[in-house]
Amino acid sequence: MPATRTPTSDTAARSGPGQGVAVTLTDLRRSYGSIHALDGLTLDIAPGEFVALLGPSGCGKTTALRVLAGLEDADSGRVEVGGRDITAVPTSARDMGMVFQAYSLFPHMTARQNVEFGLQLRRIPAARRRARVADMLDLVELSDHANRYAHQMSGGQQQRVALARALAIEPQVLLLDEPLSALDAKVRVQLRDEIRRIQLEVGTTTLFVTHDQEEALAVADRVGVMRAGNLEQLASPHDLYARPATPFVADFVGLTNRLHATVEDDRAQLMGTWVPLLPGSTRRGAAFVLIRPESIAVTADPAGRATVVTASFMGSTGRLHAVTESGETVLAQIDNDTVATFNPGDKVTLVPRPNPALAVAAEEDT
Amino acid sequence: MKPRAARRRRQSIFRVTVVALIGLFFALPIVSMIEFTTRAPGGGRTLDVWATLFDVGVIDADYPELKTGILASAGLTLLTVVIMLFLLVPTMTWVRLRLPALRRTVEFICLLPLTIPAIVLVVGLAPVYAWVAYFLGESSIWLAFAYVVLVLPYAYRALDAGLSAIDVKTLAEAARSLGAGWPTVMWRIILPNVRTAVLSASFLSVALVLGEFTIASLFSRDNLQVAINQLGHRDGSLAIAAALAALILAFIVMVAMSFVGTGRRSHRPEEN
Repeated sequence: MPATRTPTSDTAARSGPGQGVAVTLTDLRRSYGSIHALDGLTLDIAPGEFVALLGPSGCGKTTALRVLAGLEDADSGRVEVGGRDITAVPTSARDMGMVFQAYSLFPHMTARQNVEFGLQLRRIPAARRRARVADMLDLVELSDHANRYAHQMSGGQQQRVALARALAIEPQVLLLDEPLSALDAKVRVQLRDEIRRIQLEVGTTTLFVTHDQEEALAVADRVGVMRAGNLEQLASPHDLYARPATPFVADFVGLTNRLHATVEDDRAQLMGTWVPLLPGSTRRGAAFVLIRPESIAVTADPAGRATVVTASFMGSTGRLHAVTESGETVLAQIDNDTVATFNPGDKVTLVPRPNPALAVAAEEDT
Repeated sequence: MKPRAARRRRQSIFRVTVVALIGLFFALPIVSMIEFTTRAPGGGRTLDVWATLFDVGVIDADYPELKTGILASAGLTLLTVVIMLFLLVPTMTWVRLRLPALRRTVEFICLLPLTIPAIVLVVGLAPVYAWVAYFLGESSIWLAFAYVVLVLPYAYRALDAGLSAIDVKTLAEAARSLGAGWPTVMWRIILPNVRTAVLSASFLSVALVLGEFTIASLFSRDNLQVAINQLGHRDGSLAIAAALAALILAFIVMVAMSFVGTGRRSHRPEEN
């Protein structure tokens, strides 16, 4: 039988302006045979913060979330929520709301009954329960779907009800395990924005796992990029994009050119132009500079030293592939209205903009 | 158009013929049983045998072995279904949730009784039942342990189909994250969603237990089929009527099974 808890009593124990609590994962390790899903993961989430974990398949992001939820046991390490060590606490007593990748509404219950389920387990009086369910369904704008079963709702509606169900119990932490990946593109964007709106409204500390970088960058206060069971970088979306700490992050988040350059102290000479380097860059010698397509200016120039390969109209922007005299392919982002002025075979001049970039020693590059 | 219409007509005739033959195959013995149990001594028809079968007072006084058999089979049916459900539903759910690698092994074990003839099963069970008799007595009700083994393949298949139709892992994890303990997960989340499968497994078990003769007979225990067999030595008509009544009961149970749990999913999901 679950312990009797009430949302109000939980709320009183929380800190911060919203209802969020701090979450700390310390040196978490989890292996499946020879595969290290988590390899000493350490992560701090501030009260009320929305953190997204991003990474390729198998990087350990879902395992991290499941360990936090108590659905997986860590081989070692510690999980703390609100300063309390909950490493050994069972899932049912962790007080976390979770929205899953797969549709998880209980099929034999209506939307109302689904949202009510967690409140019943907490022995909330019927009147308060009904009011809370109405509030939650109102929050996700599905009040008129209260009496529908899961099979009578679309995927997006089901995930919104799942979100309402997770929030109804006023969880200490909200866990989102790729909740949008089964939805079509338009609904995904709508629901993504809705999740952020609701999270800001209720102020619950949130951990969001996704492999979609646009999703992560759009909604999170901070984004953690994971690789091989550990965090490569945890930073604000802007810093992650503009100031990648490692070549992996630079490669994984957004599009990146990898171009030969010569490094001298804190700058690199690239296509005849000096570019400032980010901290963590190599300091001397031959290197590769990881530079964003929008950091390369393109001008039509019959005497230019690069040749256009393709120029593509992408809707809000344009994309141009050019090949340099040394044979390197360069991707540049250009205005959508100038795309049409470039044709394959045109000569162009490519000039890096003075935005800081990351440089890795040529011998380190793989 | 003409050859097509002719082909359709031929196919239709073929279908009707096949259905009629199969119907005849099943109906002929039943009709023969009805005919046999309604024969009057001097020619003509009578329902006396059926009236006797449903006359509790007469059965109690004149055919106590039938009453004993019916009661024993009722008890056996109930206990077998209860043990089967308590054994299989949590085990199969747990295997799906935590030990998926064991799924094939569990399936193999559950299907094994299909390949073992009843007589071999009896030989194997004999020493076990010596201990059962020693500890629990010689009541026929303990045949339920053997019957659970007998019904395992059918019950497993029915429950497996039900559990495969839902995402057990996600539903259980969702319930757990909302604060549900394992008993709540089983009782309020898993069971309602495999209700049809549970009923199927139960009804198949009922049908099998009601028709079981070999094990009960070889262990010299009472059940309905043993009673019908004994009754056959004294009153052939009543024995056949009892057998037919058991058959009809099993048939009703099977028909009920196909109607249970099919009424809810009627609406299509709407677009976003």
